[in-house]
Order: sequence, then structure tokens, then C-alpha cells
Amino acid sequence: MGRKILLEHIDKPGIDQIESYIKYGGYRSVSKALKEMTPDEVTEEVKKSGLRGRGGAGFATGLKWSFLDKSTDKPRYLLCNADESEPGTFKDRLLMEKIPHLLIEGMITSSYALGCNTSYIYIRGEYMFILRILQKAIAEAYAKGFLGKNILGSGFNLDLYVHPGAGAYICGEETALIESLEGKRGNPRIKPPFPAVSGLWNCPTIVNNVESIAAVVSIVNEGGDEYAKTGIGKSTGTKLISASGNINKPGVYEIEMGVPVEEFIYSDEYCGGIKNGLELKACVPGGSSVPILPKHHLLYESNGNPRLMSYESLSEGGFATGSMLGSGGFIVYDEKQCIVRNTWNFARFYHHESCGQCSPCREGTGWMERVLHNIEYGHGKMEDIDLLWDIQRKIEGNTICPLGDAAAWPVAAAIRHFRHEFEYHVKYRNRVFDEDHVYQPEMKAQLV
Amino acid sequence: MTQTEQITFSQKSMEEMDRIILQYPPDKKKSALLPVLHIVQQENGNWLSTEVMDKIAKILDIKPIEVYEVASFYSMYNLEPVGKIVIEVCHTGPCMICGAEKIIAHIENKLNIKVGETTEDKMFTLKTVECLGACGYAPMFQIGEQYYENLTIEQVDNILDSLRKEKEAIN
Repeated sequence: MGRKILLEHIDKPGIDQIESYIKYGGYRSVSKALKEMTPDEVTEEVKKSGLRGRGGAGFATGLKWSFLDKSTDKPRYLLCNADESEPGTFKDRLLMEKIPHLLIEGMITSSYALGCNTSYIYIRGEYMFILRILQKAIAEAYAKGFLGKNILGSGFNLDLYVHPGAGAYICGEETALIESLEGKRGNPRIKPPFPAVSGLWNCPTIVNNVESIAAVVSIVNEGGDEYAKTGIGKSTGTKLISASGNINKPGVYEIEMGVPVEEFIYSDEYCGGIKNGLELKACVPGGSSVPILPKHHLLYESNGNPRLMSYESLSEGGFATGSMLGSGGFIVYDEKQCIVRNTWNFARFYHHESCGQCSPCREGTGWMERVLHNIEYGHGKMEDIDLLWDIQRKIEGNTICPLGDAAAWPVAAAIRHFRHEFEYHVKYRNRVFDEDHVYQPEMKAQLV
Repeated sequence: MTQTEQITFSQKSMEEMDRIILQYPPDKKKSALLPVLHIVQQENGNWLSTEVMDKIAKILDIKPIEVYEVASFYSMYNLEPVGKIVIEVCHTGPCMICGAEKIIAHIENKLNIKVGETTEDKMFTLKTVECLGACGYAPMFQIGEQYYENLTIEQVDNILDSLRKEKEAIN
């Protein structure tokens, strides 16, 4: 069993209530930080921990914090990104539903480090039932004196609120999240200025993912060096992986960074192998935006070494043979799944979620969806495959925010690794699928 | 804007809105727009009429267009009337490969409507939605605030039948 940092107490009775949470060591980081440490010392520990943003980008959290503009007398804001909308990702939900106080504790300690007196948790609107759990937990924290004025007699004040979105994937992008919190459409802003200089209401702002903020609790309690002992290389600590698709045991697992991918898929401790005794075909290891990998690239790095669950190992080989750890949304496909259909599905998603600001994304995502729909439903032409490649290449890097890249990469990777499936669709129309659009390898074999 | 005079919200909703407005600086009332729209949508039969949106603009001291552009951007706001029970089936990747399409087809047959439509008795609206963050518990749908996960055809029947009975009992 690997070390558990975030989910250690998840099964303890009543852990969603403050008494039980405190009984199991909760809120220690608040008293330690506020009574024994300066804000800069807290930031220093986060830097030492090597913690990287758990929302998907993997940017060093301590470094991000150090960019916060403290030279003005404007208020500073910490926003927690709980917009969790990346297909395949459902890890933050577990943390907030089961151990809401871990996030709240992390918000208090982090707000102290950053000098914020008002902080917000921006949660996706569909998670309204979790918003209510968080609000109840926040009320408990106020009652115990962990929130409000003069927390634990330290002189530090903090108000914490939960703010719901209303159904828009784009609001997980930090500047779109800020726009949304200001009561506007979720249109990402042009950077610079970055939020650390000019964010919410043009004030210096830090936006961090739920899991990143929860990790700060352990970093303050045990020290950044201790946290960094877990994991491998520049992937320190543990990571929540939300596993879905054709596996025996879908769910959220906390892994020590560095677990071999093969072990994660086949071990009974984690995914428990492929469902119905089928073969592993492919996997999207870090949420729908990251490149899909066929089995051999998934399990082995380009040098033949086993691929590990870490930022470095999953991206080894670049996009030619690698992918990304991303948000930890680990989607597994068995041999019967159709890559074309899956790619069309994701293209539809990005078309639906494009905010419409940048032409390459607004037009390109819809174009890719239509071309993929044609191929999937037997109306495709061979040159459509090259057309798709061309469209995705012209979206990537040409948009204000990374949604364009996120829409382009799945299409590029599917063509890169599974071009033959696209060609089969064009050549044999949709006859390689049964009536449920389930890919039939044996039918394909007959057609070759 | 004479019609906005006729729009009133319950005492409970008004108090809830006042509480939410206080979460933001006094000159940033517009920030309350998304949470406030959730509250009034629920009170208004799960959709937002122009009159309701105009009223919210007045409450938050913003222009009506600022409300319309937000309400039309976010997928959770309904700008047309919907059924009493709105079924939102996730059909994104992980749900699709775990059987979401069969669930959608079954509901279409059972209720005799297509995705996006409302039953004649105005009881059910069927929608497909993008990823709801329940990928490991697929297939799933959301009704109101509740998630129904790891669905089988049998469970779908039971859930919809019992919700229908509940609503009919209220009437």
C-alpha cells in the first residue's frame, strides 16, 4: 500500500464533521501556520515541497504563489478552482464530498500565506449538492473560530465563500473562472497581465485547484522536505487519480507518484484489470485533453522502460509516443472500443464548450466535429483524415486560452496512433461496428 | 419594464439573495448574478423568463443585457419552459463507453420523446449534457441536484416511475 496523504482518514466515521475531523488531527496546520510561522515561511515550505498544480497544468504551486503582487494596497484574493469539468476527472468531488474540512483547512492556511482576507471556492454548478456540504462545513469552521475575525487570536481575519458556476467547462481556465466570478460570461482573458498581478476585480489573485490546496495542509504539518520525500523526481507527493472506462474497479485512487502504469491498471489495489476479461486497447491518462496512447506506448517509455504514473514519465517521448499526467483523469478503453467514435465524442465536447472568442477554436472545433461525425457514420473520405490533421494543427497555439490545444491534441493523437481505424471507417463505411457501434475486431479482421 | 413589477420572489428567496449579495464587495453586486439566477430559476419552474431576468437586473443594479448574455452562455440556465422533471444524461466519452447511449435510447422510448423534448403532459424533459464528473460511476444522469449513478435500465425505470408518482401526489 502506498502512502496516503489526502485520503488517509477518508473512511473514518463522521470525518465530514468538524469534531471528528479535529479528532483525527484536522486544523493543526492552521494553528501551526498562524501561531508559529510567518506567511513567507509557509510559502517557503510549499516551494520546498515541489508541489505542482493538480488541476492539470502541473505548474509549481510555490512559484505561482511567489508571483502574487504584494506591492499594492489592493486586497488580494485566493480562489479555489473546484470547477472540475475535464472529462474523466472526478477526484476533487470525492475530497469535497467526504472530507470538506481538508479543503477548508487548506484554504485558511493558504490564504494566510498569501495575505488574503476574503477567499472563494468556485465550484461547478452541477455540484450544487457538494456546495451545500461545503457551506455546512464552513459554518462549523466559523463556529470553532477557524474562520472570521482574529482567527485563534492571531489577528488574521478570513471570510470564505462558495460560489457556484452554471455549466461551462471553460470556467476551469483561471481567467475565465475570474470572469465568471465577476458575474460575466466565462471568456478567458488575454495574458499578461496574469491574475497574480491583476485578477479578480483587477486585484492580485491566485487560483489553485482543490487537490493542490488540500495538499498544503500536509506540507505545513510535516514540512515541505518531508512531503518531497514521497514521489519520484520532480513529481513529488501523491496524486489523486480518477479511473474510469472499461476497468473492473473504477474510482478515485491516491497513488504515490511513480507507480508503474501497468501496476495501476492491473493491480487489485487500483483498477483491477480490464473488465469482462478483454484486452487493454488504449488509455487517456490525464483527462480528455491529453493524447490517447495505445497499449504499448502507455505501458512503456520510448526507451523500453516501464512507464510510471508521474509528470515526467507520462510525458516521456513527447507527443510522438507520450502523453501527460494532466488532471489524473485516467480513462481506459478495452479492445472493443472505437477510437473514431471516441474522438468524435470528445470533439463534440470541445465544440460545445468553446467560449467562441477565438475563431480558430470556435470554427475549428465545430469543423472537426462535423468531419469526425461524417467518418464515424460512414460518409467520410480518405482526404478527410488529412483535413482533420490540418484543422487541429491550425487551432493549436492560436487561441487565447488552452481550450484550443485541448481540442486539438485528442484528434492529433488519435490520428497519430490509430490512423488505420479512420481508414477502415472510410473504406468499409461503418460496417466494422455492430448495431450498438461497438467495434468488432473479428469483423475488421474479415475485411482486411 | 412594466412587467417586472408583477414579478415577485418568495421571502425565502429574497433572503437567500440578500445573503449571497453580501459575499461580494458592495460595489461588485454583479458577482452575485450566477448564484442568484440559480435561485430564481428554481422558484420559477426551472426556467428563466425575460421578465424574471429583467427583475434580477434591477435587484443587482445592472443592465438587462448583462443578465441575458450570462443566462444564454451557461448550460444550466433554461431560457424556455421545461418539464417538472428534467433528466440530464451525461453522454461524454467515459459515460459513452460505459453504456450512456443505451440509457438515452431507453428513456427516449419509454417517454416517447427525443433528446431536447418535453413530454406532452409537461412532466419530463430529456437532455444530454457534457461530463458531470461521475465518470467512474457511469452511466449516470442528474435530476435536480441529485446524481443517479451506475444506472441499469431497470433502475432508470424505477427512478422515473417513482419521481412521476411523487410529482403527481403533490398536484
